[in-house]
Amino acid sequence: MVVDLNILIGGEAGQGVQSIGSVVARTMLRGGYEIFADQDFESRIRGGHSFTRVRVSGHPVASAIDPIDILVALNAETVEIHRKDLQPGGVIIYDGAKTGLKPQNSIIALDIPLETIAADTSGNVLMSNTVAAAATLGLLGYSFDVLADVLRQEYGRHGVKMVDDNIKAGQAGYDFGTVNRPAGFQLRLKEGKPSGKMLVTGHEALALGVLAAGCKFVAGYPMTPTTPILEFLASRGREFGLHVIQAEDEISAANMVVGAAYAGVRAMTGTSGGGFCLMVEALSLAGMTETPMVVVLGQRSGPSTGLPTRTEQGDLLFALHAGQGEFPRAILAPVDAEGAFWAAVKAFNLAEKYQTPVLIMTDHDLGNSSYLMTKPDLSKVVIDRGDILSDEEAEKAEDYRRYAFTKAGISPRAFPGQGKALVVADSDEHNERGHIVEAGEERVKMMDKRMRKNTGLAKEIEGPTIRRRENAKLNLIGWGSTAGAIAEAGGILETMGVNASVVQFNELWPFPAEAVTKVLGGANKNIVIENNYTGQLEKLIRSETGIAADARIHKYDGRAFTAEYIVNALKEEGLL
Amino acid sequence: MKVDIKEYAPGSESAWCPGCGNFGILRSVNKALVGLGLHPHQVLLVSGIGQSGKMPHYTTANVFNGLHGRPMPAAIGAKMANRELNVLVISGDGDGYGEGGNHFMHAMNRNPDLTYLVHNNQVYGLTKGQVSPTTDAGVTSKLNPEGAFHALRPLAVAVACDCSFVARGFAGEIDHLAQLIEQGVRHKGFALIEVLQPCVSFNKKNTYEWYQDRVYKLGETKYDPTDSAAAFQKALEWGDRIPIGVIYKHEREIFEDYVGVSQQTPLVRQSIDPLAVEKLFEAFT
Repeated sequence: MVVDLNILIGGEAGQGVQSIGSVVARTMLRGGYEIFADQDFESRIRGGHSFTRVRVSGHPVASAIDPIDILVALNAETVEIHRKDLQPGGVIIYDGAKTGLKPQNSIIALDIPLETIAADTSGNVLMSNTVAAAATLGLLGYSFDVLADVLRQEYGRHGVKMVDDNIKAGQAGYDFGTVNRPAGFQLRLKEGKPSGKMLVTGHEALALGVLAAGCKFVAGYPMTPTTPILEFLASRGREFGLHVIQAEDEISAANMVVGAAYAGVRAMTGTSGGGFCLMVEALSLAGMTETPMVVVLGQRSGPSTGLPTRTEQGDLLFALHAGQGEFPRAILAPVDAEGAFWAAVKAFNLAEKYQTPVLIMTDHDLGNSSYLMTKPDLSKVVIDRGDILSDEEAEKAEDYRRYAFTKAGISPRAFPGQGKALVVADSDEHNERGHIVEAGEERVKMMDKRMRKNTGLAKEIEGPTIRRRENAKLNLIGWGSTAGAIAEAGGILETMGVNASVVQFNELWPFPAEAVTKVLGGANKNIVIENNYTGQLEKLIRSETGIAADARIHKYDGRAFTAEYIVNALKEEGLL
Repeated sequence: MKVDIKEYAPGSESAWCPGCGNFGILRSVNKALVGLGLHPHQVLLVSGIGQSGKMPHYTTANVFNGLHGRPMPAAIGAKMANRELNVLVISGDGDGYGEGGNHFMHAMNRNPDLTYLVHNNQVYGLTKGQVSPTTDAGVTSKLNPEGAFHALRPLAVAVACDCSFVARGFAGEIDHLAQLIEQGVRHKGFALIEVLQPCVSFNKKNTYEWYQDRVYKLGETKYDPTDSAAAFQKALEWGDRIPIGVIYKHEREIFEDYVGVSQQTPLVRQSIDPLAVEKLFEAFT
């Protein structure tokens, strides 16, 4: 049997939904399964309804699915909301005394006194999360030892007692699930050998990439969904010589980044659309002063404050055009955790090599979802800091020209204090030495110099990844975080006898027009799938290649695509 | 090697009006840097936009002339990247107190070790004469026909923010101002030096003569700049008598030390080692 199991844990914010999900996911990971987990939560700290889904599979998965096999309901509302998705043969796990839920004949359920078990075994009701995770694994007949290992790792830093209490509570929950397993529940899952892969969110992977790339300075202002990047870097940065500042606002954060990069370190900020609005002037400043600046733009639903904790792809054209005037930039849009790691590495290289801003576009879905990823081969991380004067050169460069005219438009950098070279940078139009100019001819020469960098930059950008299928009549086209759902939709279509090629962009600017024309210029119907209202990638493809989409699938309810949703939408469009 | 004033030659031709108070400030800055024994390559001047923002171009140093109101965050970024740089931030009343008001407040609170020179001519010079946050009440402009409403007293704000060095100079007192700048650079922490600066084109009220009749040097009185309550009073003094000199001064921990950057080689000289990230992977398996 092909394993593809969906476990949903739901409850109020603050009830431990995420920690149960995390323990279950990591226990499955240790047993060699593929995992995808996503988070759905409201913009509140307590109450409301939130859930996490852990998809456990025998094959690689990178998107969520709707049908539920195990529903862990920490409150009654969870059952009300998600019952419709419970598969035949699926089970609900709940604490009847706590939630007020009553057994129903038509539903397979395990009524388990989570808090009582936690209190009886460890004297700590907070352990009820561990009891719930363990009961879930007990129902599936999964190994308790693997769970115990995960608990040791998870709670080890809190001391021996914490680990022992969790294991005691876990054992009791596990036993309860095993002994009281409802007769109708047939699913069993055996652990295998660990794959050695990592379970990481998109933003954790990105942050690891930032560390590997040698970023030394991060300034930011908390904003969902990118705060976890800042927090991760703040907690681990010190040992890598990376300093993280929480600035007073995003304007300050972006200008700090430009200042730090000017002074010679790799520097970055992370924000969402609203914060990025405030950073736009500094982005243009980086373009004008030719300062390498990396910005992670984690999109969420807009306009304005929008749906603060939900996903969307509504900022692509904004990112492309953000900033007064014209200057070179690159936009990367990784499709999963592994992509996010390498996008970070590449972003710093491009930013420094071309001395211009680079944007990494993610969103809530990519950032907060957990993916499996093979440990990155760090020996493959190349640090290309571009053309920089050596200390000896800088010591002697008394006639240094920060914006020297060159064929490629790239002027060798020096840093203030590096030597005798004086580094003069200006947001005004300037001459080779960085001083203010007004004359038209000088302006044209400097503008041409800056824009010449686009030629080299364009060669660095990769075209979309293509999964071709024989005799395909459709191209399913997407960018960024939608990759998992679109790829899976392609697979489902194949089983239905409809072959569709999947074309996924993970780098968007400078636009890889030639490669795109090659793949989309044929007879296939081009269907652009985007998590927005207006079809921003579709517009971009059309403006850069003249190729118009034949159909489009949009979603803007703040939730990520699923493969099923895409297949249904194609049906509704009459495309199947 | 002794520093020669000639090292601070103009980097480009000045676009200031003849008689501008900025010329006096520029001479004071150059004099102070020589007095401090600093060569141009050891100095970073960060400025914003306005007539003040052009100043770094009229001397010789490393320069970052950034956005309107934003020199402070750019300077903090540069200082964090390389704490060995001698950073002077050059701003104005519009740039620093208006557009950059938020950064002003938070920078003082953080106390990074840099010097903040605010050219206060009580008017927007570059955009032709509109009122600024510090324009005296009642002074009118084309954009403000009813006149300025109420003047901000930034030095009182600074004392309230526990700014560790608060001083005021006058563009017509070049040696005195140069001394203040030297003190500000030597001060370990955030040094605010506001400079009263006549604008010969647009400010017809606060002229050289107007200031000369009013300014007096705190150093020549029995004033004690370590008393914060007295400093707050002194910072509000304006009208017939205007104090110049050090208004408030005390030592407190600087931002760079607090965040631990001091225990390390400047970030800009730290190596990059991608392989070191390997040790973080285990936690995700």
